[in-house]
Amino acid sequence: MITHLVNARLIDPATGRDAPGALRLRGGVIEDVAWGAFPVPGEGRVVDCGGQALAPGLIDMRVFVGEPGARHRESHRSAGEAAAAGGVTTLVQQPDTTPPLDEAALVQFTLARARQASPVNVHAMGALTRGLAGRDMTEQRFLLDAGAVALTDADHAVADAKVFLSCLRYATSTGALVVHHPQEPALSAGTCATSGEFASRLGLPAVPALAERMMLARDLALVEATGARYHADMLSTEAALGPLSRAREAGLPVTAGVSIHHLTLNEFDIADYRTFFKLAPPLRAETDREAMVAAVASGEVDVIVSSHLPWDEEAKRLPFESAATGAVGLETFLPACLRLVHAGRMTLAALFERASLAPARLLGLPGGRLARGAPADLVLFDPDAPFVLDRDTLHAKSRNTPFDRQRMQGRVRGTWVAGVRVFG
Amino acid sequence: MIAHRHLLGIAPLSPADITTILDLSETYVTLNRQRDKHVERLRGRTQVNLFFEASTRTQASFELAGKRLGADVLSMQIAASSMRKGETLIDTAVTLNAMHPDLLVVRHGESGAVDLLAQKVNCAVVNAGDGRHEHPTQALLDALTIRRRKGRLQRLTVAICGDIANSRVARSNILCLNAMENRVRVIAPPTLLPAGIERFGVEVFTDMEEGLKGCDVVMMLRIQNERLDGAAVPSRREYFHRYGLTADKLALAAPDAIVMHPGPMNRGVEIDPNVADDIDRSVISEQVEMGVAVRMAVLDLLAGGRGDGA
Repeated sequence: MITHLVNARLIDPATGRDAPGALRLRGGVIEDVAWGAFPVPGEGRVVDCGGQALAPGLIDMRVFVGEPGARHRESHRSAGEAAAAGGVTTLVQQPDTTPPLDEAALVQFTLARARQASPVNVHAMGALTRGLAGRDMTEQRFLLDAGAVALTDADHAVADAKVFLSCLRYATSTGALVVHHPQEPALSAGTCATSGEFASRLGLPAVPALAERMMLARDLALVEATGARYHADMLSTEAALGPLSRAREAGLPVTAGVSIHHLTLNEFDIADYRTFFKLAPPLRAETDREAMVAAVASGEVDVIVSSHLPWDEEAKRLPFESAATGAVGLETFLPACLRLVHAGRMTLAALFERASLAPARLLGLPGGRLARGAPADLVLFDPDAPFVLDRDTLHAKSRNTPFDRQRMQGRVRGTWVAGVRVFG
Repeated sequence: MIAHRHLLGIAPLSPADITTILDLSETYVTLNRQRDKHVERLRGRTQVNLFFEASTRTQASFELAGKRLGADVLSMQIAASSMRKGETLIDTAVTLNAMHPDLLVVRHGESGAVDLLAQKVNCAVVNAGDGRHEHPTQALLDALTIRRRKGRLQRLTVAICGDIANSRVARSNILCLNAMENRVRVIAPPTLLPAGIERFGVEVFTDMEEGLKGCDVVMMLRIQNERLDGAAVPSRREYFHRYGLTADKLALAAPDAIVMHPGPMNRGVEIDPNVADDIDRSVISEQVEMGVAVRMAVLDLLAGGRGDGA
C-alpha cells in the first residue's frame, strides 16, 4: 500500500532541515522524500497534512511497562496506546519488571507479548545484574541475542564498584551498552526530595544533589579503565555536567540522558506535598533545571526520555514519604518537549534529534530520520495548538501525570508506525 | 477571629492571627487557674484526637483542652506498626469523617500527612505534629510563655539548641518567632542542622557558647537516643559536653534569660538537671500549663461557633 503525506512541514533531525515537503510511504518504509513543492501524487492514499509538522516518531528509551508482573499499572497495549497518542513510535522497556528481565527467556517473552499487543515498536533493555540486586552479572551475550538493546539495572544504582567494574569490563567483549542510573545509593536511601532550604522547610528526607555527581564520577573512572560504552540514563544536576564534558573531551564512549520532567519542573513543584511530583531523581533546584536545558540544547546531554513510570491511584494517595515514586510521561512527551521549543531554547529539528535520532543511534535502531528507506514511523503534530491537560483523558492505565491541569502547547494529530496510522 | 479553617502550621498564620490566638489563650490561662475550669464554648461539638505516633503529653493536653471547653472528646492511638501507614491514614480519615466530628486533632510521623488528611475531611483539623514539618501549637504555647515572662514577643534574642534537622518544634518556632520580629539563633552540631538553614532567617552557630551570648530565651530541644550513637553525634557524653545546657553555659546568656524545653527531657543529655529544675530560670512546667490554654484557644477559634449563628 502506498500513502502520500502531502502539504507537510517536514522536520528531519538528521539534516536539521525544517521545510515544506511531502513523503511517500510504501511497505512500511519511507519510499521518497520530496522537499519543496510537493509532486502530484500517483496511486495510493493521500493525506493532506495541512501544513502541520511531520517528523520521525519519538523514540523513548526509558519506559516502564508492567508486563510481566504489574499489568494493572500498565500493559503493553495501554503503554502502546499512550505512546501512539504522544507521538512515540518506539519505546524501550526497562527491565525492572516482576520478575526482572534478567534472563534471555524473559526478554523474549516480553518482546513477543509486546509485538502482539502494542501498536508501536517495543524494545527492551536487559538487566545488568541478576535480580537487579547489584551482585552478580547477567548473561550479557544471551540477553543481547534475545533482543535486549542495552543492559541496565533501571532505577537501581550498582553500589558495589567491583561488580560494576566487572560488568563494564565484560561488556567490552559483548559490545553491550551499559546504562546506569548514577545516584550514590547510601546518600539516596530513604530520601524523597533534593537537599536544600525548600525540602528542609517541608521536613522531607532529602538527598544532596552531589549524590549524582559522585556516582557519575565513579562510573566515568571505571569507563576510563575499561573503555566500555556507557550511558548515564537520567542526569538532573548541574554538578554532574562538568565530569560528563571532561569525559567526552577525553574521548570516552560516554553519553547521557535527561527526563522531560527534569527539563520542565523544579523542586518547588512538590509544594503542598503533591505526590505526582515525587520522582527519582527528585526534582531539582531551578538552577539545575536551567543547566540541564542548556546542556540538552547544546547537545552536551544527548537524549531526552519520558521516564514513563505508571502508578495506580492508591500508590500515590499516601503521605509524600510513603507514596510511590515516578510519573507517567508517554502521552505528554511531545507537548512537554515542545515547551523547550516554545521557550526558544531549541529548534524542532534539534528536539527530534535528542528525542528520536540520538536514541536510535545509541541503541542501533533504524528510526529518527526522514530519508529513503527509513522506517515509516512518523508523527504529525500541530506544534502551537494550546490545550489544558486533563489527566482523565489519558490513554495510559495509570494517570499519575505531573502536568494535570497545566497549559500545554502542541497536539499530536497523527502517528504512523511502519506506514500504518495508529493514532489520529 | 482567625480566617483559617484548619491549623496545619505556623506558616499560614499572620502576626495578627498569632496575637489573636495568644490573647484568647490568656483568658483560658485565667480560667484554668480557677476551681471551676469549665466553659461551654464547644458544647455539642465532637473532637477526635487521632494520634498515629505515640504521645502522652500532647494528647493529654488536647484532651483536657477539649473537655474544659465542653466538647465530646474521643482519643485514638493508632500504632503505625500495626497497619500500613498510608492506607490507614486516608481510610481512617474517611471513616471518622462519616461520624461528623467538628474537630480532628492529628499527629502523624510523616511530614505533610496532616495536610493530606485535611483534604479528605469536612471538619477543622489541628496539626499536633507531622514528621519533621510543623508542630504549631507547641510554637504557640512557647510564644505565650515567652510573652508572659518577658512582657513582650518582639525584639528578643532566642536561641534554639539541639537537633534542629529532625525537629518540627524548631521549624514551627523559627516561623513563629520570626513572624513576631525576634532574632532567632540556632545552635547545633553541623550534622543536626538541616540543609539551607541559613536561609530560614536565623543566625547559625555550631559553638554553643558563642550562640548563647546575650540571649533572652534559651530553647532546648530533645535529642533522640538513636542519633547519639555515632550516627549524627559521636556519643552522649560528647554531646552533653558540647551542647548540653549547664549553669556555666547559661551564665553566658542574658542575666534574666529563661530556659525552655518542649519535653520530654533527657536529663544529662541535652540539659543539666540543675538547670532544668532551677525555678528562677526554667519555665518548663509553665510551658505545659500554657499548652492547655493555647490549645483551648485554638479549638475555640476553629470550632467555637463564632459567625455560624451558634
